Amino acid sequence: MIKTILKPFAKFFELQARTHYRVERHSMALTFGIILAAGVGGFVEIAPLFTIDDTVEIDPDMRLYTPLEQAGRDIYIREGCYACHSQMIRTLRDEVERYGPYSLAVESQYDHPMLWGSKRTGPDLARVGEKYSDDWQVRHLVDPRALVPESIMPHYAFLLDAQLETDSLPDRLWALRMVGVPYTDDMIENAAGDAVGQARPDSDRVNGVVERYGQQTAVRTFDGRSDMVTEMDALVAYLQILGRLTDLPQQIQPQPEE
Amino acid sequence: MMSNLTGAERTSAMLISGMGVVIGLTMAIVGRNDVMGAQGWIVLAFSAVVFFMVANALYHPEPTEDRTTSYYDDPTKVGIVLALVWAVVAMGIGVWVAAQLAWPGLRFDAAWSSFGRIRPVHTSGVIFGFGGNALIATSYHIMQRTSRARMPDQVTPWFVLLGFNLFCIIAASGYLMGVTQSKEYAEPEWYADIWLVVVWVAYFVLYIRTLARRNEPHIYVANWYYLAFILVVAVLHIVNNLAIPASLAGAKSYSAFSGVQDAMTQWWYGHNAVAFFLTSGFLGMLYYFLPKRADRPIYSYRLSILSFWGITFFYIWAGSHHLHYTALPHWVQTLGMTFSVMLLIPSWASAGNALMTLNGAWHKVRDDATLRFMMVAAVFYGLSTFEGSFMAIRPVNALSHYTDWTIGHVHAGAMGWVALITFGSIYALTPVLWHRERMYSAKAVEWHFWLALAGTVIYVFAMWNSGITQGLMWRTYTQSGTLRFSFTDTLIAMHPYYVARALGGLLFVTGACIGFWNVIMTIRHVSKQNRELDHPTSPKATEPVLPVAE
Repeated sequence: MIKTILKPFAKFFELQARTHYRVERHSMALTFGIILAAGVGGFVEIAPLFTIDDTVEIDPDMRLYTPLEQAGRDIYIREGCYACHSQMIRTLRDEVERYGPYSLAVESQYDHPMLWGSKRTGPDLARVGEKYSDDWQVRHLVDPRALVPESIMPHYAFLLDAQLETDSLPDRLWALRMVGVPYTDDMIENAAGDAVGQARPDSDRVNGVVERYGQQTAVRTFDGRSDMVTEMDALVAYLQILGRLTDLPQQIQPQPEE
Repeated sequence: MMSNLTGAERTSAMLISGMGVVIGLTMAIVGRNDVMGAQGWIVLAFSAVVFFMVANALYHPEPTEDRTTSYYDDPTKVGIVLALVWAVVAMGIGVWVAAQLAWPGLRFDAAWSSFGRIRPVHTSGVIFGFGGNALIATSYHIMQRTSRARMPDQVTPWFVLLGFNLFCIIAASGYLMGVTQSKEYAEPEWYADIWLVVVWVAYFVLYIRTLARRNEPHIYVANWYYLAFILVVAVLHIVNNLAIPASLAGAKSYSAFSGVQDAMTQWWYGHNAVAFFLTSGFLGMLYYFLPKRADRPIYSYRLSILSFWGITFFYIWAGSHHLHYTALPHWVQTLGMTFSVMLLIPSWASAGNALMTLNGAWHKVRDDATLRFMMVAAVFYGLSTFEGSFMAIRPVNALSHYTDWTIGHVHAGAMGWVALITFGSIYALTPVLWHRERMYSAKAVEWHFWLALAGTVIYVFAMWNSGITQGLMWRTYTQSGTLRFSFTDTLIAMHPYYVARALGGLLFVTGACIGFWNVIMTIRHVSKQNRELDHPTSPKATEPVLPVAE
């Protein structure tokens, strides 16, 4: 039966086979053919994402990560948290009801790289910010099964004793500005001090942090330790900002897709 | 082995590994306040070992053999052994990672042993360590045989093979120290990425130069697939890894892309790593070893053309099916879904072509476990490409995405297709490479086959159940219209499947260990046998006529 269906195309197949039979003698013809054939799809799908304006919503009030939050994000990446936690709420009713308004493109506008994730071994974290207290987050990271007996998450108790390395923060913010995050010279210059200041509510650095990153910046002793700024401070500061860089999703009040 | 290099070749090998020592030392000094320093010491140690191995043979007598009368197989042999070492290690770590999900206490207390850090060691170790070494080694074998020509020189193949393994070692050790870009299957940081580009360019040049020396007018289909593998992986790797390092003295870098563009670029890369690393290259393996082992010609020349260009063209579009219902614009999602479904045609054309080739040789499939490895691999290839197209349909993806169904699908492909075709090819190749009569133990090959198949089936069924159960639980509502299950409820439901999955993986890695043992015993204990017709021939051999119509 297949033969009957294909019969009208016999001439075409014949031509194609004969042409290919000649072409496949030239390694460079194959090379260019492969690059051409494989190049089209990627170009058509990726290039317009940079040029079509409504790909990413515009929010002039979009906040930047503070140095402490960015340091926490780097720890989140270092520990591979993204392997089990997504940060992308899909436009499905049950997800919106479980996690909150679906994620917008603008929310990860300054995420280099994005951490949308691909697997939910644990729950989505796109809107976990301020859902739990700092204390809960710290205790959960130190011993997940003490708070959630069914949890299979690894513990991260060592973060509480690891002093946060802040010397490289100006460099890191500089690199982020190179790829498009609008950090100012002032922010880059003071990055190391601001990271400490954000976790030290009593210090005189607080004013600078609030001045540079806005009134809404959470200035707290995130890990409960006042003797040093730890990696736990940074990670919890990051977790508490998730979903709170912009309130556009709440404003739009998205209706879930049917 | 080093004695087969000429004096000049030994010198340039020492020069290259000496440069490696210098680069390693530079990294160690410049990055002393960062994890990059530790990576530098690893580069230094690796290069120093190579340097001294060559230096040790520097004053051995020059080789006297006539290079035009034989193929150059030394790097192929080392590549095959390295592939098996990576298989045992990386699959073993896979079992450990899987067990951590069933029994989280198995993480123990070290910082480096958490799921997040060792999972990429498993994925990269299997894909790049095992798969990559197998691809490089078999490509060396196949490009010489199908061109009836020897490789142009003896240093480049070593550079590519060892350089690639250095990349894998930097990557794996880096993950344990927390060095990662977080881009799945592209986790290594900027210096490792740059190094891989250097290695890859050398690989491409080596391939093209060998093809240029061929004594056969036509380039065989296996080579098309290897070429596509080399070329497209280069493009994907370079674009997806574009990044600005925070400092040249540290490992940390930030991706050039952000948010939605980064997500699309990442999954354009991620899905085509599946296409051009885990499919294209292994199809090259299949197109050579399956017909050789079955002693039957490829069923259809035209299906080969159709499926090759179909795969090359369609696959690239499919990446956006990883981002259904996300903030990625709808039109890109739709394109990804459409092309993923169309992709089934060239995929099944390939699988069908392989299975039809076995017509007239099915009794061999019954008797010969090596050929059975390849046959079952082709079947799994057909099944998992069907599953892939199915899962790319938006409403199906709504259920399957973020769940273990994805993991099951990937492992149906990785274990059932990629690993089985590789093991089959290794069993077919080992006696040829080392000039042995046969494998040491045919019974061990049987055992490996059944352990691998049982392991795969248990694994995949466990993940199907787990994934679909969890997906359905997430979207179950009570009669009053509220969500029925909390996230932790689903975790309890997953537990038995996670135990089964670890068991399936354990069976699979046991098979790999048996395979490794069998290959080593073959090299050491099976008597020699010279192979006829396994040497380059003159270009005078007559050209075949036009392919016979089916």
